[in-house]
Amino acid sequence: MNDSLHRLFFLEESAGYNRHILNYIQNAAAHGLYEIRGLGAKRRLPHFDDLVFLGASLSRYPLEGYREKCVTKTTLGTRYASKPIELEMPITIAGMSFGSLSANVKEALGRAATQVGTSTTTGDGGMTPEERRSSKTLIYQCLPSRYGFNPDDVRRADAIEIVIGQGAKPGGGGMLLGQKVNPRVAAMRTLPEGVDQRSACRHPDWTGPDDLTIKIQELRELTDWQKPIYVKIGASRPFNDVKLAVHAGADVVVVDGMQGGTAATQSVFIEHVGIPTLAAVRQAVDALEDMNMKGKVQLIVSGGIRTGADVAKALAIGADAVSIGQAILMSLGCNSDTYIQNGAHHSAVDDYHALGTAPGYCHHCHTGKCPVGVTTQDEQLEKRLEPDVGARRVKNYLQTLNMELTTIARACGKQNVHHLEREDLVALTIEAAAMARVPLAGTNWIPGYTTAIHL
Amino acid sequence: MDDLTFDLNQTPLRQVNQFLHDNLQQYAGQPVRIFHPNGAHNIAVGVNAPIEIDIFGHTGYYTAGMNQLANITIHGNAGPGVAENMMSGRVHVKGFASVSAGASAHGGLLIIDGDASLRCGISLKGADIVVGGNVGSFSAFMAQAGRMVICGNTGDALGDSLYEAVIYVRGTIKSLGADAQVEPMADQDYEAVNELLTKADFTFDPNEFQRIASAKQLYHWNADANQEY
Repeated sequence: MNDSLHRLFFLEESAGYNRHILNYIQNAAAHGLYEIRGLGAKRRLPHFDDLVFLGASLSRYPLEGYREKCVTKTTLGTRYASKPIELEMPITIAGMSFGSLSANVKEALGRAATQVGTSTTTGDGGMTPEERRSSKTLIYQCLPSRYGFNPDDVRRADAIEIVIGQGAKPGGGGMLLGQKVNPRVAAMRTLPEGVDQRSACRHPDWTGPDDLTIKIQELRELTDWQKPIYVKIGASRPFNDVKLAVHAGADVVVVDGMQGGTAATQSVFIEHVGIPTLAAVRQAVDALEDMNMKGKVQLIVSGGIRTGADVAKALAIGADAVSIGQAILMSLGCNSDTYIQNGAHHSAVDDYHALGTAPGYCHHCHTGKCPVGVTTQDEQLEKRLEPDVGARRVKNYLQTLNMELTTIARACGKQNVHHLEREDLVALTIEAAAMARVPLAGTNWIPGYTTAIHL
Repeated sequence: MDDLTFDLNQTPLRQVNQFLHDNLQQYAGQPVRIFHPNGAHNIAVGVNAPIEIDIFGHTGYYTAGMNQLANITIHGNAGPGVAENMMSGRVHVKGFASVSAGASAHGGLLIIDGDASLRCGISLKGADIVVGGNVGSFSAFMAQAGRMVICGNTGDALGDSLYEAVIYVRGTIKSLGADAQVEPMADQDYEAVNELLTKADFTFDPNEFQRIASAKQLYHWNADANQEY
């Protein structure tokens, strides 16, 4: 071993000041600027991976995977709306804005959702005609910014989602850098082209849950009480927030955990504000059960849902459906090393390198220079994601999740995915056992409970 | 229905709003009159027809919210969020308006004869607002487009984080918000003030107004202005 290798081999990195934190401090010192980026939390957080299902054996009876059907139909908004949302699966596409995403992507999402019988959602910036045309079931977001918020679009929507906050940044507004504000985006948002978009952190015309009650009533009056009203909260105090949303009159509550993605916000927010989805789900369900509203107000969980197992676990804890944003973008090709154009694969590696990143590591949604054409408004880059190609990939992904979900449900002896229950789960870590309040695997111990339960 | 008069002591609000949403074109030219609002919320929300609506009394939240085309007059005071997200038409408050009047309104004209409270014109997206009296703090916060004419005085932080909206103030400004600045009045400013005062039926002299607009220092990220964001 030569001297330099010898030195490298025995160098010891400080735990408190590792290369990651050194890089952060040195960047802050050099630029006086915090990092704004896309994507969700990067560090490992307690998650659904820390839970496993207790497949049926002798004490429970499984269903035959290839012969016995498992129902996935899902109804949302049964509390007050005369036209609830009927879906073929309990997996929906989360709100992501035109502006953040290209028009081709929004169209692809609408087509995919329609093909598999689920819903997609608008975002900051309003509803595009392409999105409405391509989506059988479209949820229209009412966000604090009210960019492009339009009563005609509200009436054209199938449900309205009042966004209080996002899992990636509860309590925070947005900062979309001007490079994504092209002429069409600028016109939709009533902004000059190319300026940084500062989004408000709270709604301009109401300030608390009592006002929200009246706001919900306003939207119901506008739509003649036909459309379900969702209320979306970023997970921080979900027990209290869900209760207040229900009290205000929500038909559906959406709880977005801190693994949720974002187009652009401060990295410090993404990594340090909010609570993990796993912890949020149980608190949200507790709130509904405490109010005796479980089943009357539906719960959608989002933030880091990636696999059919994640979906099944969220449902088992008590969610009625999940919503997916970031993983949907990945199914489109986000962080892939190639893109498909005119039927051929092309390498995007050089474009990642030009951004100072690489496939699998990219979080540069905010730059508008997405190498695979997903989060961009660049005329050339957005062509890298063709709507029919994107729709097919998203459809495949959603179908796979649904198949995985039903596979797990049948293994647990359920002929309906909504029959999955907490008793079907155990935890692999003490943290997950405490957060989800299910026993640690192989024991009957739930941390925080003095009396052991018996399975 | 031949009689276009409603009494909210007798008729549920839902029924009134449903009437205002259905088949109103056939009643164009006939005024709809609503009595005894008694502070009810969401009166005349989502109207989308060129009709005249008169509300006699004080109203609660979101009166004339998201109005399109209609000419709605409140013969009394209006609660929070009057004409919020209005797209077109005209809303006239004969009395005072509470907080967030004209919030995020995209088009049309909101006239308030008396004072307006906090956050008047917050997140304004293109509508015109004329206030005969004073406005409270944080008025026109994050206003992106549109015009505000304030005939009285303003509270703190007027025009904080403005984009392209322009404010005209006749009285005193307690303080300007981040990135807002007083600018010289040009010919088109006098014309704009005159046009809006005339529409609102006020007789103030446009020469008495000053113009407030964005200094555009926050249009692009500025690390040295970290508390301004």
